[in-house]
Amino acid sequence: MDNVGLILALAGAVSAALFAGIGSAYGVGLAGRAGAGAITENPDLFSKVLILQLLPGTQGIYGLLVAFVTLSQIGLLGGGASEITPGQGLMYLLACLPIAVVGLISAIYQGQTSVAAIGVVTKKPDQFGKAMLFPAMVETYAILALLISILAVFSL
Amino acid sequence: MGKDYTYAVARIRGRELSLFGGPVMEQLLACKTCEEALRFLADKGWGDPDKALTAENILDAETEKTWNLIGEMVKDMSVFDVFRIADDYHNLKAALKLVYVRSEIDRNRVFVTGGRIPPEIIEKAARERDFSSLPEDMEKAAQEAQDTLLHTGDGQLCDIILDRASLEAVYRAGMDSSEEVLKRYAQLTVAAADIRIAVRCGKVGKSLDFIERALAPCPGIDMEALAHGALGGTESVAACLEGTEYAQAAEALRKSPAAFEKWCDDLIIEEIRPQKYNPFTLGPLAAYILARRNEIKCVRMILTGRQNELPDNVIRERLREMYV
Repeated sequence: MDNVGLILALAGAVSAALFAGIGSAYGVGLAGRAGAGAITENPDLFSKVLILQLLPGTQGIYGLLVAFVTLSQIGLLGGGASEITPGQGLMYLLACLPIAVVGLISAIYQGQTSVAAIGVVTKKPDQFGKAMLFPAMVETYAILALLISILAVFSL
Repeated sequence: MGKDYTYAVARIRGRELSLFGGPVMEQLLACKTCEEALRFLADKGWGDPDKALTAENILDAETEKTWNLIGEMVKDMSVFDVFRIADDYHNLKAALKLVYVRSEIDRNRVFVTGGRIPPEIIEKAARERDFSSLPEDMEKAAQEAQDTLLHTGDGQLCDIILDRASLEAVYRAGMDSSEEVLKRYAQLTVAAADIRIAVRCGKVGKSLDFIERALAPCPGIDMEALAHGALGGTESVAACLEGTEYAQAAEALRKSPAAFEKWCDDLIIEEIRPQKYNPFTLGPLAAYILARRNEIKCVRMILTGRQNELPDNVIRERLREMYV
């Protein structure tokens, strides 16, 4: 096990993409089902519910970004992996955890909040701006987690 | 995915926009004749354009539309058994009596749609005296009711056996549901039916044995006290309800039977109102079904009132609270 450090760093990158991606897939899927229900009754709502559906998709992108940066930092993207000690590898893994965990959970909650917002838009289409703010608030915590993960990975 | 109602609830949110609220009911009430009211309803999209514009056709079409919509979205309709059981038992009562008197009356006039079992199957079971094709909860009650009818010829006795079985089945279906709104609906339905039975039995002087046979067990009400109270009349029934969670029903009972019926329906609407803000689960669908029933009932009252030339205030005092 000469490359334990590399394995740990890779596990971090994979976690960021994997868990944040799972959360986004769940959130977008949930909001998509509600969106489909809303446009069945009123197709004019399509553009509004599409935006609400897309909101929980951002966590997956953040996870992907952190994974890319991590892979780049450890040299895997260039074809030649750097020498990573187990300690460094563990630090990369820990650096990726914020976006992996917060991405997963916030995307699920954001999906649920988007469904509720779609309910508002279905009944009151003119309240789209206000309705969108509720799921958007959940995004704050995904952004904070992204920030910490990116700063930590770049600092290593 | 079978129990995911996200799509269905979002659709229902759209449909809730077309539910009648108080102002629309006032507009309907402002129609001077039944024909004018029917045209108003047709303009609102009610009824079936292929059928004649009559009150029954319009109301039947709306009930059918509600169940068709729910059927499009929910694969397992057994989750709504709590609403459908009463129609099955109504059809069973009708079938037993039709077979008993060998009537050839038009079946559409006596059977209702919306139950779990097609009326033809119920009638076939009654004719062949073999109820094994019916759900378990109905089989035993049907056999007992038919035996009673054949031996005594007493249609009322047959009715109380089936009415009680129906209430027990509704209660069981409600309690078996994981949805709080359905549990509450079942409990309120049974409680209201018991109170209604007690008042009516008291008015016509039924025996204690008859009353006890007719009342279905319901938590929150002391059945023994209610049965004894029924012997003393409406005031005595109202006194039994004091101190229970149905104390407000006592107040309504003292006013009039119509006030009590309104209290029952308004309470259910009050209980389901929070479902307007629930984006998931079966609750909003159940609430929509109840809201549609309530709406159809109110429209029926207005149309009947117009047909019988009742004054506006008499109709208005019977109109229920609306869901939206």
